[in-house]
Amino acid sequence: MEISIIALPLIASIISGFFGKYIGDRNSEIVTSLMVTISAIFSAIVLYNVIFNQYQDNIIIATWISSGTLDVNWSMKIDPLSAIMLVVVTSVSSLVHIYSIGYMSHDPHKPRFMAYLSLFTFAMLMLVTSDNFIQLFFGWEGVGLCSYFLIGFWFKKDSANSAAIKAFVVNRVGDFGFALGIFLIFYLFGTVNYNEVFNQIPNIVDKKLFFLGIEVNSIDLICLLLFVGAMGKSAQILLHTWLPDAMEGPTPVSALIHAATMVTAGVFLVVRCSPIYEYSELALNIITIVGMSTAFFAATVALVQTDIKKIIAYSTCSQLGYMFFATGVGAYNVAMFHLFTHAFFKALLFLGSGSVIHAFKNEQNINNMGGVYKKLPYTYILMIIGTLALTGFPFLSGFYSKDAIIEFAYLRGNTTGFYAAGIGVFTAFLTSIYSWRLIFKTFHGEYKNKDIKIEETHESPMVMLLPLFLLSIGAIFAGYFFKELFVGYGGVNNFWQDSIFFLKPLSTEHPPLWFLLFTPILVVLSIPIAYYLFVKNKKLTEQIANVNKPLYQFLLNKWYFDELYDVLIVKPSKNLGLFLWKFFDIKLIDGFGPDGISAIIKKCSIKANKFQSGFIYQYAFIMLLGFSALLTFLIVK
Amino acid sequence: MNFPILSFLILLPTVGSLFLFFTRSKKENNITTKYVALFTSLVNFFLSIYLWILFDNTTSDFQFVEDRIWIDGLVNYKVGIDGISILFVILTTFITPLCIISVNNSIKNRLSEFLIAILIMESFMIGVFCSLDLVVFYLFFEAGLIPMFLIIGIWGGSRRVYSAFKFFLFTLLGSVLMLVAIISIYWITGTTDVVQLYELGIDAKYQNLLWLAFFSSFAVKTPMWPVHTWLPDAHVEAPTAGSVLLAAILLKMAGYGFIRFSLGLFPIASEIFTPLIYTLSVVAIIFTSLIALMQEDMKKLIAYSSVAHMGFVTLGIFTIQQQGIEGSIIQMISHGLVSAALFLCVGVVYDRMHSRLIETYGGIVTIIPKYSILFMVFTLAALGLPGTSGFVGEFLILMGAFKDNFLVAVIASFGVIIGAAYMLWLYKRVIFGKLVNLDLKKMVDLNRSELFILSSLAIPTLFFGFYPEPLINTIEVSISDLIKVYNINIMNN
Repeated sequence: MEISIIALPLIASIISGFFGKYIGDRNSEIVTSLMVTISAIFSAIVLYNVIFNQYQDNIIIATWISSGTLDVNWSMKIDPLSAIMLVVVTSVSSLVHIYSIGYMSHDPHKPRFMAYLSLFTFAMLMLVTSDNFIQLFFGWEGVGLCSYFLIGFWFKKDSANSAAIKAFVVNRVGDFGFALGIFLIFYLFGTVNYNEVFNQIPNIVDKKLFFLGIEVNSIDLICLLLFVGAMGKSAQILLHTWLPDAMEGPTPVSALIHAATMVTAGVFLVVRCSPIYEYSELALNIITIVGMSTAFFAATVALVQTDIKKIIAYSTCSQLGYMFFATGVGAYNVAMFHLFTHAFFKALLFLGSGSVIHAFKNEQNINNMGGVYKKLPYTYILMIIGTLALTGFPFLSGFYSKDAIIEFAYLRGNTTGFYAAGIGVFTAFLTSIYSWRLIFKTFHGEYKNKDIKIEETHESPMVMLLPLFLLSIGAIFAGYFFKELFVGYGGVNNFWQDSIFFLKPLSTEHPPLWFLLFTPILVVLSIPIAYYLFVKNKKLTEQIANVNKPLYQFLLNKWYFDELYDVLIVKPSKNLGLFLWKFFDIKLIDGFGPDGISAIIKKCSIKANKFQSGFIYQYAFIMLLGFSALLTFLIVK
Repeated sequence: MNFPILSFLILLPTVGSLFLFFTRSKKENNITTKYVALFTSLVNFFLSIYLWILFDNTTSDFQFVEDRIWIDGLVNYKVGIDGISILFVILTTFITPLCIISVNNSIKNRLSEFLIAILIMESFMIGVFCSLDLVVFYLFFEAGLIPMFLIIGIWGGSRRVYSAFKFFLFTLLGSVLMLVAIISIYWITGTTDVVQLYELGIDAKYQNLLWLAFFSSFAVKTPMWPVHTWLPDAHVEAPTAGSVLLAAILLKMAGYGFIRFSLGLFPIASEIFTPLIYTLSVVAIIFTSLIALMQEDMKKLIAYSSVAHMGFVTLGIFTIQQQGIEGSIIQMISHGLVSAALFLCVGVVYDRMHSRLIETYGGIVTIIPKYSILFMVFTLAALGLPGTSGFVGEFLILMGAFKDNFLVAVIASFGVIIGAAYMLWLYKRVIFGKLVNLDLKKMVDLNRSELFILSSLAIPTLFFGFYPEPLINTIEVSISDLIKVYNINIMNN
């Protein structure tokens, strides 16, 4: 059963991808959705066993690479951590599969789309169930590949193709660090198996090594290199530029890959490696800083964007930042908790926005929407639920997980912890503002679309609303019901067993009451503020934007990261390539090498040719000259 | 002595080509000549698979050895294989029949002569990988140039003569020094028998010069930066089948030579010159990857990417780590499959549109879907995606390199990023996007023989990506013993 969790999506993908033409669109949709759903049910059973029967297993499927001391297996590791991920991945994936049947109903390439979705699910499952770093890397690049395929799914759009390549290449930058991390692990421990590596970690705590001329602690170095990979996959600041562009893909893809599952792989990696990270104070501090910077940066950008999907994409980026700073302050279980709840409400928001986009016939600009809450009642209510959960409205799922993160940051008790908590609270406020801005601009105010009449907008079909409904249940209740399991103030770490490692146990104190109440109050207050700003008195927002023109432009252009990278990296590489080719290869190497030598030889032979003129008198003259020269020489001597 | 299976492998293609001499190259004979050539090469392929089955991978000794006196007291015809060479023999016999099937569309005139060139080439290549005598090796090594020279010079594109001479002069120049080195080895030790030389060892004071002489030949053939400029020209002008042979097999002779001779015969010098190899490899990886990024001609792009991939190979060999050398061999096999396939992919669209320029194409994914899928598989293998053979090779090489030298591994890993960029960008510009050039609408998808060729390359690419054990098991013992001997030599010095 365990193996079929992984195998079913793969089989579904092969059937739909290669035989989709023969079995028809509808059948490939049914086959893929059904198989992934079965896989989701099995995952739920596995999680049940893990929770109640302390079930753990490490299944070896086959040998992959065994070279010298390197031994890598195709494996399936089941422990609390991977069981949670299994459930998140397969359940969201199955809902997205079902939703896609409705969303892609007008697309001519349905089997291909479903095949990609299933293949993605397979790769993601390989990633989370691996028992070694190299299979993890396989899944890691595999999900990147599927993301590449799906972002570029509408291959006629040039922007979609460019976004797909950008996503893959930026991720490769992260993978570069990740791969080096794996090499270093193998160099130090001679193995890439999690357990074997983790067991050896305490032995090398003080081991230093010289890396590129700098003396560093080896554990710090491992952690930082792995974190570079996590930054790429989870779109953290500096390597985040691909995520907003990735919104070129169909909306179900954004929900599954760029919100609920793939982008959280980075967080998963750090949590999985908690036995290493716990020994590196430096890396944890850097993760905290990167996480909170991302949370803040992305929230500010989300404030001014007008593309409904890009707003949610930046929101995802920001929430991933939260997860990272949770791991940075050592609260790995809380990070997993936020990952878990975030999967539900963010998938809900994305799919809801998909429903809106569907209603507006592929319009994505929120300035061209408005006033349709009566036309799309279900979508409206479900989106509100998603927004409440995201902003951390009391007693919805985001409330439990996000506030827990801020609390633990506060309880960490060091400077970065306090700093992170402060930024966390402020960002929570920003989150609330931009989320409500999206809701109000989309559903309230007057109708602003010129191309489509308001009568033509329509609610989405049942097949799309049902997954939304199921996700909304998760968005409401997941926090409340799973709080004890994940964070478990009472019996600490009971559920996680040894899948998460704490060097020193997490603080069980509670922060002061005013701090506990602070965030929820801000979040509740922000609703009327947003309503006032974006519905009642829109002039004011325009005035604010006009007064702070440079800042507004700065945010609108996403802090100019893309432009900066273009000037610093993309253009110089192209120019360097051109220079190396035209100048180095052609002018220098060929010019002095084969072409130069052959030119010289040719010149010499042309000169030599002139001697053979064929005129007797010339030859006689030369002979005479030579003879007299020889004679002179002999006489003088 | 048993059945001389290696000599049979070497000679069979030549015998087959003799038959072709007697067929007139008229149009109506084309089918017959092709079948004769195909039959010969297929028999050779199955024979080599049989060889693999018989092969004993628990020992690093040479197997199937044949030793015949050729010039008494001077040169013996000695052949044999071990774990290092057998995979190259199979690669050769596997690629050749595919090349022969592929000539259908591209070669219009003098078909039987073309097939003769290919078959003779196969003989020479197998000879290179089997020979256990330096003189025999040298003869095969150099003779292989002649058919290739003819293939480029006669059946090539518009600048074929320039390219053919550039190819010939470049490679010959390096080899002359190797010949000198082989002669001096004979004067120093009194033998050119590789097995005996392994046992005798060569005095440390001669090793440096000899190593350099061999290096000059191998570096050109690999090709290493900066003597790589013949390769893009040769590829661009060569007909598809020629490019395939060149990329898939000819380039591997040098990599093989490095392992067999540079490491095997001159360990002390190899240790001294490792920094040189590292530098050149890393420069090749980064520089040629950047150059590949800017190419407008598909074949040139793939040719430059070959240089980068071979940079990984040379890097891996000189790490003297189990992972590094095994990775190099797997990378060479993988590159043999993948680059062959990529050149064939270019050939497919070239046959239809008569253009190799990237800008000619775009938006053809719905017109030729089968082609697009297979091209994608090879693109991914070329950029080293896990699950393809390209990943196993590259990853093992980098792992080995990291053990030996951090800096080199870091820079080389950087090449992997650029690799993704140029391959995906190529694919995007050719396959995706809007259909601008309306002539492309007339393109027909892969025919049966093209589909067969490309799938038979795709299957091992994926299979060995998921399960490289058959390859690794074959080479494991030979390489660990090679490293052992190497390290003993270094210690004793």
